[in-house]
Amino acid sequence: MTAAVSPARGKRAPRPRRPPDDGWREFVTPEGVDLRLRIGSFSERAGAFILDALIIVGVLIGLSLLLAALAWRTGMKDTAEAAAVIWLLGFFLLRNFYFVGFEMRTGAATPGKRAMGLRVAARDGGRLTASAVFARNAMREIEVFLPMSFLFATGMGVDAALVVLGAIWSGVFVLFPLFNRDRLRLGDLAAGTMVIKAPRRVLRPDLARDGPSLVGGIAFTEAQLDAYGVKELHVLENVLRKGDRRVVAEVSTRIRVKIGWDAPLEVSDKTFLAAYYAGLRARLESRLLFGHRRADKFDRP
Amino acid sequence: MAELELKSHRFRSEREADWRRLETLLSRVEKGGARKLKRDELLEMPVLYRQALSSLSMARAISLDQGLIAYLESLCTRAYFFVYGTRSRPLERLAGFFLHEWPRAVQALWRETAVSALLMAGGTVGAFSLVSRDPDWFYGFIPQALAAGRDPTASTQALRDTLYAKLTGHEALSGLAAFLFTHNAQIAIFAFALGFALCLPTAGLMVFNGCMLGAFLALFASHGLALPAAGWLMIHGVTELFAVTLAGAAGFSIGWAVAFPGERTRIDAAAEAGRRGATLMAGVVVMLFVAGLLEGFARQLIQNDLVRLSIAGGSAVAWGLYFYLPRPPGGPV
Repeated sequence: MTAAVSPARGKRAPRPRRPPDDGWREFVTPEGVDLRLRIGSFSERAGAFILDALIIVGVLIGLSLLLAALAWRTGMKDTAEAAAVIWLLGFFLLRNFYFVGFEMRTGAATPGKRAMGLRVAARDGGRLTASAVFARNAMREIEVFLPMSFLFATGMGVDAALVVLGAIWSGVFVLFPLFNRDRLRLGDLAAGTMVIKAPRRVLRPDLARDGPSLVGGIAFTEAQLDAYGVKELHVLENVLRKGDRRVVAEVSTRIRVKIGWDAPLEVSDKTFLAAYYAGLRARLESRLLFGHRRADKFDRP
Repeated sequence: MAELELKSHRFRSEREADWRRLETLLSRVEKGGARKLKRDELLEMPVLYRQALSSLSMARAISLDQGLIAYLESLCTRAYFFVYGTRSRPLERLAGFFLHEWPRAVQALWRETAVSALLMAGGTVGAFSLVSRDPDWFYGFIPQALAAGRDPTASTQALRDTLYAKLTGHEALSGLAAFLFTHNAQIAIFAFALGFALCLPTAGLMVFNGCMLGAFLALFASHGLALPAAGWLMIHGVTELFAVTLAGAAGFSIGWAVAFPGERTRIDAAAEAGRRGATLMAGVVVMLFVAGLLEGFARQLIQNDLVRLSIAGGSAVAWGLYFYLPRPPGGPV
């Protein structure tokens, strides 16, 4: 297992200013292919946690109601005792092993994380071990429950001051992910893990072939196709995939003016754009095969 | 222009079936684990994964279709985590944990364990001597709720009664055991997590734990009940205190790694210590479960001091042998 993430690590020497972080990280598999992973953002992770917390609280409430109903129905002291035992153990298991259990499965994600398209991964690209999962979740004790205990603590005078100081101290742990580049929380640090965005994507149709197929009959000259580069092609792809009619019309007008298009007007904006996309992609890809990648329109052909 | 087939089209149509196949297999795996796959499908997986990877690098070189590249990236990532992910059988892993991983983690942390035990012993001795000299110290160590009448004002008979309290009915016992186990395990996990804050809070917790122990012992000793009290405490206390000591040790190792990472980077040191500590902590939870059973059941059912003390001694010997007996190297890591 030699895959490695390039870690965001501070150097001792005065470092040059980094460009603003886009959240993408290099992640090279043992086969030597960079998978390009995106770090899960703070908001996504907070959302996932809130979802999970709601699920836990919901299950707890459900469990309590069920057990209370059971104890009340039978009205025996023995069942009440048994219910208390089940409740205690259930609470303990949920609090400590809800996250561990889900993250140790193949998906490496709790229901909340799955809903947000997140998963846990080892930072060195290796296996996500059980001990790493346990470590990252044991740290929740000081990230979640310690601050909560200060939140609900009450006191007067010196006690109150202590509570405030404690809240500030424990607040450091809560806000920790905001102060590092990889959005690591304390648990990630202690376990060598990170949370990445790994959404499932579906294979979408190839616009240059399966798109609106009225492409025949519209031809562009080489000069017209040389107006743009790869960057513009990608923007055009996004516009076509979204298919917002006003944007399509606007972009289409721009391109018509730029390339000096004066052919029949009855061609609809969408058809025109699809045709131009197919033509531009064919042109750029064939040049790509010859080793020239035209980055954008300022890159002279 | 458009009649001419693009290279990227041909590329895609030749490989699309394989990608779809990989995608279906992955969806099944992600729903129900590797067991959902038949044998030959399992063997197919790495082949399909490498094909998808080579497709990805090819697509990056020849295709300008962003949708396609994004799809392949997501597909390869999912497949990567499956192919290189953990897939050993739970039973095997459990056996490996108890036979190798846990004792090894405990042995590796012997220094921290010693420090943790010394801190607790120091707290015990300190509190014992303080309370023996001036019983008022007792109130400084033990919260009112925990004392439950067992304070310096109590009579010898009342104290003796608390040591041999008999509960009625087994349900009550299991409730007590469950409460003790969950409470102690939570404290132990907390002590471990607190270690991250540069050891000091964990050290405080260890000393304080020792103080409570010392204060109680001093109280009972002043009424000539030292031996019965030791039996009452130690029948489960050996296991429980050992577990708490280990939890403290795990906390120390992680705090120490954060404060003094040595040759490695701070992040790597913390991760290594955290994982080893977590292995240890998983075992600590098991120990505390045993301690909870001993405290909840055995202590209430066994009323004889000698039997209590021999169980305590036996458990001490058993844990010591299990953890520190030299083992042949090897076995799964």
